[in-house]
Amino acid sequence: MGGFSDENVSEIFRFMHTIKGSSAMMLFNSIERVAHTVEDIFYFIREQKPTALDYSAISDLVLECVDFIKLEVEKITDKNEPDGDAEPLIQSLKGLLDGMKTEFSVDEIKEKPKETAPEQYYIPQEKNPAISLNACYHALVFFQDDCMMENIRAYTLVLGLMDMVEEIYFSPADIADNPETAIEIREMGFEIYMKSDAGYEMIKAYFDKSIFAERLSVREVDEGTLKTFQNKLQAASPSVPKIPEIDLSKDPILNEQAKTNGEMEKNTSTNGSNGQTMISVNVDKLDMLMNLVGELVISESMVTQSPDVEKIEAENFHKASLELHKITEELQDMVMTIRMVSLSNTFMKMNRIVRDMCKKLNKEVVLEFAGEHTEVDKNIIEHISDPLMHVIRNAIDHGIENEDERLSKGKDKVGHIFLEAKNMGSDVLIVVKDDGRGLSREKIIEKAKKNGILEKAEEEMTDKEIYKLILLPGFSTNDSITEYSGRGVGMDVVVKNLESIGGIAVVDSEPDRGTTITMKIPLTLAIVEGMNISVGQSRYTIPITTISESFRPQESDCFRDPDENEMVMIRGKCYPVLRLHEHYKIKNAQTDLTKGILIMVEEDEKQICLFADELLGQQQVVVKSLPHYVTTMKRINGLAGCTLLADGSISLIMDIGGFTGLRIQ
Amino acid sequence: MNNEALNIFDEEIDQKGQFLTFLLENEAYGIWIGYVTEIIGILPYMEVPELPNYLRGIINLRGRIIPIMDMRLRFGKHFVDYDERTCIIVVDIEEDTVGFIVDSVSEVVTIDDDKIIEQPMMSTGISNQFVKSIGKVADEVKLLLDCEKVLRYKEMEKPLTEDEQRRIKNEMVL
Repeated sequence: MGGFSDENVSEIFRFMHTIKGSSAMMLFNSIERVAHTVEDIFYFIREQKPTALDYSAISDLVLECVDFIKLEVEKITDKNEPDGDAEPLIQSLKGLLDGMKTEFSVDEIKEKPKETAPEQYYIPQEKNPAISLNACYHALVFFQDDCMMENIRAYTLVLGLMDMVEEIYFSPADIADNPETAIEIREMGFEIYMKSDAGYEMIKAYFDKSIFAERLSVREVDEGTLKTFQNKLQAASPSVPKIPEIDLSKDPILNEQAKTNGEMEKNTSTNGSNGQTMISVNVDKLDMLMNLVGELVISESMVTQSPDVEKIEAENFHKASLELHKITEELQDMVMTIRMVSLSNTFMKMNRIVRDMCKKLNKEVVLEFAGEHTEVDKNIIEHISDPLMHVIRNAIDHGIENEDERLSKGKDKVGHIFLEAKNMGSDVLIVVKDDGRGLSREKIIEKAKKNGILEKAEEEMTDKEIYKLILLPGFSTNDSITEYSGRGVGMDVVVKNLESIGGIAVVDSEPDRGTTITMKIPLTLAIVEGMNISVGQSRYTIPITTISESFRPQESDCFRDPDENEMVMIRGKCYPVLRLHEHYKIKNAQTDLTKGILIMVEEDEKQICLFADELLGQQQVVVKSLPHYVTTMKRINGLAGCTLLADGSISLIMDIGGFTGLRIQ
Repeated sequence: MNNEALNIFDEEIDQKGQFLTFLLENEAYGIWIGYVTEIIGILPYMEVPELPNYLRGIINLRGRIIPIMDMRLRFGKHFVDYDERTCIIVVDIEEDTVGFIVDSVSEVVTIDDDKIIEQPMMSTGISNQFVKSIGKVADEVKLLLDCEKVLRYKEMEKPLTEDEQRRIKNEMVL
């Protein structure tokens, strides 16, 4: 394991600093303290550039801190108190830092050089009483006109100052809990008297850096003035002394600083991995936008294809309508892509899982990515992370052998897991491939026999059929239950999660060469390819993936069984018939089987023939949910949602699982 | 921010005594204006199976799919054919948007609190279940609806007569 790159160290340092600052502002002390200690460690690494650190131990601790902060943030999001105990963590961090310091005792570490780097202020916690610089300063700050919440800004300012001053007094005094003071600050400025050994330059620099401050003045005063102010505050009648103000934009020092800041920013944007500019948008708004665009497309076709317009023989008009059509189509595509999110975040999360597991199981595994920038719809990505995690856990726990075994098999001692995503038509394939021991056909069969889930004679089963067994719930060939696997729940979770988004998993394996698990998921849930059918006046849409065939039966093929269930015979096999008009009590529909059409649909390997009046054609439809009021009223069997057809009418989208489960049992 | 909050408050006060009145079989009903988002003519609708008969189906209102409820059937009255005077009053109640089909919409009236009397509990019949109070405007009375109850109360569904079934069937436009 190599060291940390300078860039990463600085980046972690910066992030920790931001977390520290923000949490301090919100008074989440435990988070602030953890972030602060981590910041200290990375400050040390950055400044001292020690070599041969125990990188793994540091990473462990930092990850622990990240987990801690995440947990706390979660508590806060759920409106609970962030009550986690940071003390043990801080102690071990401090221990680590002390250890590092003694080991690399760069004597009299210029730990915090007090002149240059702007980050330095927060690091010196222990104030050295020996140096009694203790000068007194007075500062008057005016905030930008439109920055709002002046009192909060002022409070942040004071909080930041706390680290470098011995004593601080400010007016108005009750900024933290009296929003009224915002107006006072806006009009009269925010006045601070402080006693500090930090030096004028540092204090000035601090103020210069603070956001939203527009005009400010900092000057040194004698202790008497400070005391007077203090007394005045106690008398609670603050008045503002007139002090010449410095216009920040005219301050040459500041300008220079601004310039360096600008350069720095430029650097980070070229170095930083994510140079793109992003804004975050509420998903509801996106949904609304998508609905509107859908409407636009429909009304566009209503206008350009209306019979009245067809008669118009103006070339210009037709050109213009073509142009309109092109633009609306592009717009629709664009809106769809806005909802698409790259898989890279989900993939990156797997790194952590691999790292943790390798530590625990004492294996060495390298995770490799390909195609992590493949994009899928936002609501699908949420369902991918869990299955992926289970598959990878399985691969490490069962698939990858331990070092000795690998060496004896003539393999590289480091295990490899390839994680690959790629587009295939309207699906995305996610492939997880390991180079471990592969699945054992014998073991699976043995276990399947024991559980009595073997459906055919074992000789008849193909390898793929056998491997498929491991996807069944409660199936595990592991003899003992470990922390990570063996309960047989994992693969079941994978299948269930994939099913909920219309995806499937395929297992393939080669003994001693490894296992490949391929997950096939649709790009988006929002659009399905559907077949529109009519029953009476009603329109329905059947997802095309469920349809096996459609046909008009001969009268001689239709019959009823003794229980009056209607059946149809095709190619020597019997299939149940469900008359949609009867099932949904639709009037004015075709009732003669030989005059309408039968559509054979299949889900979960169960088939049923639906009887409808006619097929209207195949179309991609945008799925909308049924109105909330309707779904609370009743859960309607066999309906998944609804959609708008090109003429503005509504079609109901069928959920075939609802029917196949209904009849065949 | 404060100003905005005040405005909303003002609006609520403005709307407090205002009711949209509509007719059902010669009876005048009132619905608090705060619930109403818009009034439209009857639109082609798609029947949804397995719902109570007063929920006629769903309509496409500029891309939003909303269910429509025939108030006559909801109140256990006779079904009448929809015509050019038939209106859908679109209401927003909590998270639900529903369209009420009524014979015709009359006007918006202001009824002061002292002109509203609680509904005397002695009367029976389905429609009275949904009347919260009675408002007096000049010499007329308006039955003020309890919208929550109209939406949530599930028990009542009067079976349709043969004749009504036939007529509803013809009404299926699309």
